[in-house]
Amino acid sequence: MFSFCADPKSLEGFSWLFCYLTSGKHIDFYWSFLTVLILLAVTAPSALLFGFGGAMAARSHVAPLRWFGKTYTAMVRGVPDIVFFMFFVIALDQGIEWMKHQIVCPDWKEPIRQGLEFRVCPQAKVPLGTSSQIWHQLYGFALAVFTFALVFGAFAANVLYGAMNAVPKAQLETAESYGMSHGQVFRRILVPQMWTYALPGLSNLWMILIKATPLLFLLGVKDIVYWARELGSAKTQAYAYPHPDWRLWYFLFLLVAYLCMTRLSEIVLNRLSARLNHGQATAAGEAMRRAAQ
Amino acid sequence: MTCLETIQAYAFRSLGFGENLLPRTDFNLCQQFTLIGSGLIWNIYFGVIALSLGFCLATGLAMAKASGRKWLRKPAEWFIFVFRGSPLFIQFFLAYSALVMLPRAGIDLFGLHIATSWLTSAWAGAAFVLFLNTSAYAAEIFYGALMSVPKGDLEAAEAYGLTGWDKFRRIQWPTMLRLAWPAYTNEAIFLFHATTLVFFSGFPAFQQRGDALYYANYFADKTFNPFVPYPIVAFYFILLTFTLITIFGLVNKRLNRHLPSNTRSKIRLRPQLIR
Repeated sequence: MFSFCADPKSLEGFSWLFCYLTSGKHIDFYWSFLTVLILLAVTAPSALLFGFGGAMAARSHVAPLRWFGKTYTAMVRGVPDIVFFMFFVIALDQGIEWMKHQIVCPDWKEPIRQGLEFRVCPQAKVPLGTSSQIWHQLYGFALAVFTFALVFGAFAANVLYGAMNAVPKAQLETAESYGMSHGQVFRRILVPQMWTYALPGLSNLWMILIKATPLLFLLGVKDIVYWARELGSAKTQAYAYPHPDWRLWYFLFLLVAYLCMTRLSEIVLNRLSARLNHGQATAAGEAMRRAAQ
Repeated sequence: MTCLETIQAYAFRSLGFGENLLPRTDFNLCQQFTLIGSGLIWNIYFGVIALSLGFCLATGLAMAKASGRKWLRKPAEWFIFVFRGSPLFIQFFLAYSALVMLPRAGIDLFGLHIATSWLTSAWAGAAFVLFLNTSAYAAEIFYGALMSVPKGDLEAAEAYGLTGWDKFRRIQWPTMLRLAWPAYTNEAIFLFHATTLVFFSGFPAFQQRGDALYYANYFADKTFNPFVPYPIVAFYFILLTFTLITIFGLVNKRLNRHLPSNTRSKIRLRPQLIR
């Protein structure tokens, strides 16, 4: 990257370390933090959306929709989430290819499951075998995001369902007595008020989401864990920067990075909860009122 | 191979007994059920070891965090923060790469030879990490319960002349356990779920002796069909979860036996997934 780093073998001490930490692979490592942040930024709203849909379905008056919502929220309890992560990614991948196969090659005669193999016609591969590496990576990332959103959506649905039930009944009845329709009560009274009840659960979920991001590595995305393993392993003299096994230091760095992330979100979420509790008819709101007096 | 023979060959495969080669062709349901069930032995082992040791450390940590002395409180707070604030996944990786760095041949300390190579195997290293991790989570739960022990109970204990250790053993500790138990049940359930991470993260499976998810992944890779092995793992874990809820429910009943039936706390499953 820098001109004086052209011959790493001749460097020593601090300049060696500087050149080492700015090598091309390290730059990739730093970028992979962005991958994690993008995953968080994309997953959190979509999981909230899934959760909102699930909670609304679980409250629905239509029985099949209600069953669907309840099953969705009950799904992830009882089963280790990592099983879902392993399962969904393969199942989704195969499902998408199967559907595309039905559309693209309707006159394909051979069976798709040939004994131990899953074979669709070459045109139905997603992404196509001929497309560039970046598309394969993006597709993998999109699958991962969808899986995360689905699993965390179920948990968010659980939290939001509880929060919707926690809004005082009297408020909803008052709104109805003013002649508001179901939709109006939902939009104007229920949704604005439920957040204060939902926040503790949602902030817990956010912390869990942060701590779940290393699972990206298991899904085959080149994330920070991948790079830490790659860069930390022992390098022989054949490499530009030979060094012994330094994985310990790389993982220590990741640990500290995660601790910073969780600590920072803790502080932000505490502020947010103080804001939401302001003037609410809850224990926390009452405590704030007392403290202000 | 009939199903009975399969069970004889693979029921304890995860511990290294029975057939050495894993099935390679002609996979059937019986093999998958047996082998994944055999892997579950590891999950139960990790869960039981970590929970039983973690319970003691967690009590100590909760006491330390509630203590007025700074030199006791600060280390406990930091321990809890580090283990709760970072992913278990990274903790496994970190522990493995740290344990690998110990000298292979062992350490000679004052003429005493200490072997170190066993620490890098999953049964010791991963169990140790899980133990520390669950201690931190349980300590936070116990600390919360310790803080909500009714003030009147403590004052009454002092009025009867109970102080120090006696007060703790007869009043504080039982009440803390009773208040913490529903949350602790949850922690136990999710600890068992977390044991599936062991062979998926740092610790390698020695001679293909892995846990339930390790074998499920083996079958999914070989058959390209995730729709059989993963639901089997799910099935086993749901069974395990129900067993745990039953056992912890019995303990909960005993802890609450002196209370009128309408004020007892019930155990309810709350979601909290990865750590």
